Amino acid sequence: MIAATESAFAFSPRRVAAMMLRYWYLLRSSWPRLIELIYWPTVQMITWGFIQYYVMQNGGLLARAGGTLIGAVLLWDILFRGQLGFSISFLEEMWARNIGNLMMSPLRPIEFVSALMVMSIVRLAIGVVPVTILAIVFFGFNLYALGFALVAFFINLMLTSWAVGIFVSGLVLRNGLGAENLAWSIMFLFMPLACVYYPVTTLPTWLQPAAWVLPPTYVFEGMRALLIDHVFRADLMLEALAINAVFMAGGLFAFLKLLQAARRHGSLMQTGE
Amino acid sequence: MFRITSLSRSHPLGAKQSHARSSCFGAPVAPHLRVMSRDPAIEVERLVKIYKQAPAVDDISFSIPRGSITGLLGGNGAGKTTTIAMIMGLLLPTSGTVKVLGAQMPHQRYRVLQRMNFESPYVEMPMRLTIRQNLRVFGMLYGVTGLDQRIEELGRALDLTQLLDRPTGKLSAGQKTRVSLAKSLINSPELLLLDEPTASLDPDTADWVRSHLENYCRERQATMLLASHNMHEVERLCERVIIMKQGRIEDDDTPARLLTRYGRRTLEEVFLDVARGRDEAEAAQ
Repeated sequence: MIAATESAFAFSPRRVAAMMLRYWYLLRSSWPRLIELIYWPTVQMITWGFIQYYVMQNGGLLARAGGTLIGAVLLWDILFRGQLGFSISFLEEMWARNIGNLMMSPLRPIEFVSALMVMSIVRLAIGVVPVTILAIVFFGFNLYALGFALVAFFINLMLTSWAVGIFVSGLVLRNGLGAENLAWSIMFLFMPLACVYYPVTTLPTWLQPAAWVLPPTYVFEGMRALLIDHVFRADLMLEALAINAVFMAGGLFAFLKLLQAARRHGSLMQTGE
Repeated sequence: MFRITSLSRSHPLGAKQSHARSSCFGAPVAPHLRVMSRDPAIEVERLVKIYKQAPAVDDISFSIPRGSITGLLGGNGAGKTTTIAMIMGLLLPTSGTVKVLGAQMPHQRYRVLQRMNFESPYVEMPMRLTIRQNLRVFGMLYGVTGLDQRIEELGRALDLTQLLDRPTGKLSAGQKTRVSLAKSLINSPELLLLDEPTASLDPDTADWVRSHLENYCRERQATMLLASHNMHEVERLCERVIIMKQGRIEDDDTPARLLTRYGRRTLEEVFLDVARGRDEAEAAQ
């Protein structure tokens, strides 16, 4: 009835597909969940779109840098929604008190994490793609016109969002749903330092090295270089990729350590607060 | 194929479910999974779990042979759930070892997780998914082949056929318990760990579930470890009873021998003797 026993290091696409199917069933069964994916990115884009429109009407530096605000909002949403998509899929297991079932099944942590990554892209696509189309219609800002640069921005932002999502999931596994708020708020810690809406040079000199530790800083600087100076900074993207590799390794290491701590403290059997 | 004629009669819905008279738990066990071994199904050696300096499980050892049904009896806080969680690999022991189907837990758990399963009141099935969707997801996780057929079989065996496409959250407590049981049987496990499997069921449904578990173990020569407060359940299902108190094993014997030694008529009386600290001689008087 079942396949032969596998080793601890086996990676099964079938088990990843099982988890994706589980989240797809969940999304399909709940229209409020689908609405929630689209609602906030739309509100954000429209608000910032009008701010950009106002700034352009009144001249100044930003008037020459057409689309930097909307571009920043959309890229920030990729970062934020990517992490949220990862974390919410994970939280669904905690809310459903299903984590014990999963941890007792042959599902490996790396397969679980892989399914959450794929689902974060699916959720992001549902939420952000319609908003990017609205940005073209309402404000004439075409994110897709960034071309290859957009791919580089996207990869780097997603890697950061996954690294943070993996770390937060580990914290929730270890500490229960009392740590749930971190999933919603942790990315905002990045916001001032990642220089989403302003150049790194705006920060005090002593704070700038801290900003350059964060991969999204490179992406937002790269976006401004592209929109204002019409230059694609591949060097920034490669640096971001290197730092992201460290972030991902750190996130996975922390997740496995926190999972181990959860096994030690019995948190997997008590997934409440 | 084992037939469950008596079960169909004993359950109120049994008469309507004539199909339940056919195969109950699916195809025979695959030969590669039914490698008979002299190793016990579960070997627990000097197991200790301490939470913040308070021992939840205090130096217990026992061994459970393959194909047997063993009850883990004890009051609240006796250490039953903690013991089962360590056997499942969900909880790391402070010291001591657990071997399940020959694999050291939790380090070698992936060697055996596909061959075991569990049901516990501490976990639930996702509420928004239908029973069929839940069973499909878990069937895929456990690598079950012929999954659609297996789901239908379990639906028939556990009287869930009419409910398969209903969201799990819209079921009664008893129906949810049967869904959890279906999940625990989805991979036809060699080892079944059950923590209070009939706690939320009315007496009739509980009796029906017990019959299913009994037949499953008999038909597939599976091993079952059952933690329960329900003395009647343990007396009926288990050929051996381990009684725990304050994290320690207070007694370990067959139900019949326990009754004789304590001079009691029911396991409940034996349990009360143990819980209140009366030894055999004292209880027999």
